[in-house]
Amino acid sequence: MIKKGLMVFIMLMFSLSAFAGQGKNSIQIKGSDTMVNLGQAWAEKYMEKYPGDFIAVTGGGSGTGLSSLISASCDIAMSSRNIKDKEIALANKKGVNPNEIKAALDGLAVVVNPANSVNKLTLDQLAGIFTGKITNWKELGGKDEKIVLLSREVNSGTHVYFKEHVLRKNDPNSKEEFVPRALMLSSSQAIADEVAGNSSAIGYYGMGYISAKQKPVAIAKDEKSEYVEPVIANVINNKYPISRPLFLYTNGAPQGLVKKFVDFALSKEGQDIVLVTDFVPIKN
Amino acid sequence: MRKFKEFIIEKLILVCGIASIFFVVLIFLFLLKEGLAVFNIVGPFNFLFGKSWYPISDPPQLGILPLILGSLLVTLGAAIISIPIGVGCAIYIAEVAPLKIKEILKAGIELLAAIPSVVLGFIGMVTLVPIVKNVFHLPTGLTALSGSIMLAFMAMPTIVSIAEDALYSIPKTYKEGALALGATHWQTIWRVMLPAASSGILAAIMLGIGRVIGETMAVMMITGNAAVIPNSILAPVRTLTATIAAEMGEAVVGSEHYFALFAIGIVLFVISFAINVTADLFLHKKQ
Repeated sequence: MIKKGLMVFIMLMFSLSAFAGQGKNSIQIKGSDTMVNLGQAWAEKYMEKYPGDFIAVTGGGSGTGLSSLISASCDIAMSSRNIKDKEIALANKKGVNPNEIKAALDGLAVVVNPANSVNKLTLDQLAGIFTGKITNWKELGGKDEKIVLLSREVNSGTHVYFKEHVLRKNDPNSKEEFVPRALMLSSSQAIADEVAGNSSAIGYYGMGYISAKQKPVAIAKDEKSEYVEPVIANVINNKYPISRPLFLYTNGAPQGLVKKFVDFALSKEGQDIVLVTDFVPIKN
Repeated sequence: MRKFKEFIIEKLILVCGIASIFFVVLIFLFLLKEGLAVFNIVGPFNFLFGKSWYPISDPPQLGILPLILGSLLVTLGAAIISIPIGVGCAIYIAEVAPLKIKEILKAGIELLAAIPSVVLGFIGMVTLVPIVKNVFHLPTGLTALSGSIMLAFMAMPTIVSIAEDALYSIPKTYKEGALALGATHWQTIWRVMLPAASSGILAAIMLGIGRVIGETMAVMMITGNAAVIPNSILAPVRTLTATIAAEMGEAVVGSEHYFALFAIGIVLFVISFAINVTADLFLHKKQ
């Protein structure tokens, strides 16, 4: 009996110390699945450098991260899209003041199966494919096969970015939507796997997920423009048409440990990690 | 002293008994409170029978008909697969199998029940999905059929164990009487045992279906999650459960989307409640 009581007591102390530690020298980072590898790489290097501090990084999607920031259940939200006005209003109501920090850039790759003969697309064609106006690969010069559309779930910043910048072409009044028959997959990896195994599939995700099993498609703004491959150099010189900033959101101007971490992410060292994880640094 | 102890224990057990009902009521009230708010934005009819699900658009379109049909289609498919196999298996275990095989089969079925659904979903994704794609020459294997097959595996343990119990609980005299009248073993099973156990078997089926309709992880991984009204079992579907699981993280607390997801929760609650009540009715009819 005493033994049991002791065990419970010890466990209680452990959990208490874990809670206590959260305020002192540990921070929670949550959000974009696109950025989760980057966040983890940052956290690892950071903890190597400052062994006393603890950084926990989890994914879930940009929306998940931002709503955690709003409900104060994380210290930094990673987001692959700008915060919405609605979210800012909600945050203000709860006394949270979202502060945006641009931490990296990402090129959004459009990928097909390597067996697909289509190599390049214009933004118009892409919008046509994902809104359901183009349904067969032969309309694009490929085989006579129905196009299988792969999209991320709605909690993904990538989904939102693609809808606003490709389907709606940055027009806030546009009502274009993903065609309902588009398959909604819950992770970028799931899209990568399906594209690798399906010769008629097309999907999109952050450049970091491209591997030899998928073929990235060159994208042009319109028919007259040059077709550009999704590679880091083209994102840096702003030639690649679907690239986006990646953000860290904090509650108010970063302070204390949060500031220390953000400064690290933006430092030369932090930006080198950006490059290693296949994203694009904001400054060279 | 002893009486006092009895009294305390009795009351404790009473509290335990009431607690579960109390919690169900609380959960349902919470669902109602959060979910009914959606009807300020979209009418009940348009919510249940609307054909477009675009929860994050401005203004959002919150029609869950494709999701309801998706859930029903996957469940129906799973029922068609799991009922004959499950009931057949129960008959074999209860009536035909020698003792040794019976033990092995029962252990196997318990093991099947113990596999976490995310594992089944993962196995389905890498093995079943490509097979479905190739066999039916489909553009993609992420279809309602894949979900149905995987869910059938999950419904089967429930169906088998409860149906087998039902067959066991038939008085021995029924069987002996039938055999004494010259019926063959099969005739006894088909004409006497099955009708006698029918209410228990129906309850087993209903509980199996109840498990299928509430299942989330496996369907989310292998049904494609396209919110379109399905025109065949070989098309991708999005289920009610997968929608809640996939979108709850994103929904900002207090937004239309958040309320809509709770309203989906109400719909699911009502469906599984109806199924459980039906199962209960069958079970009581037996007694």
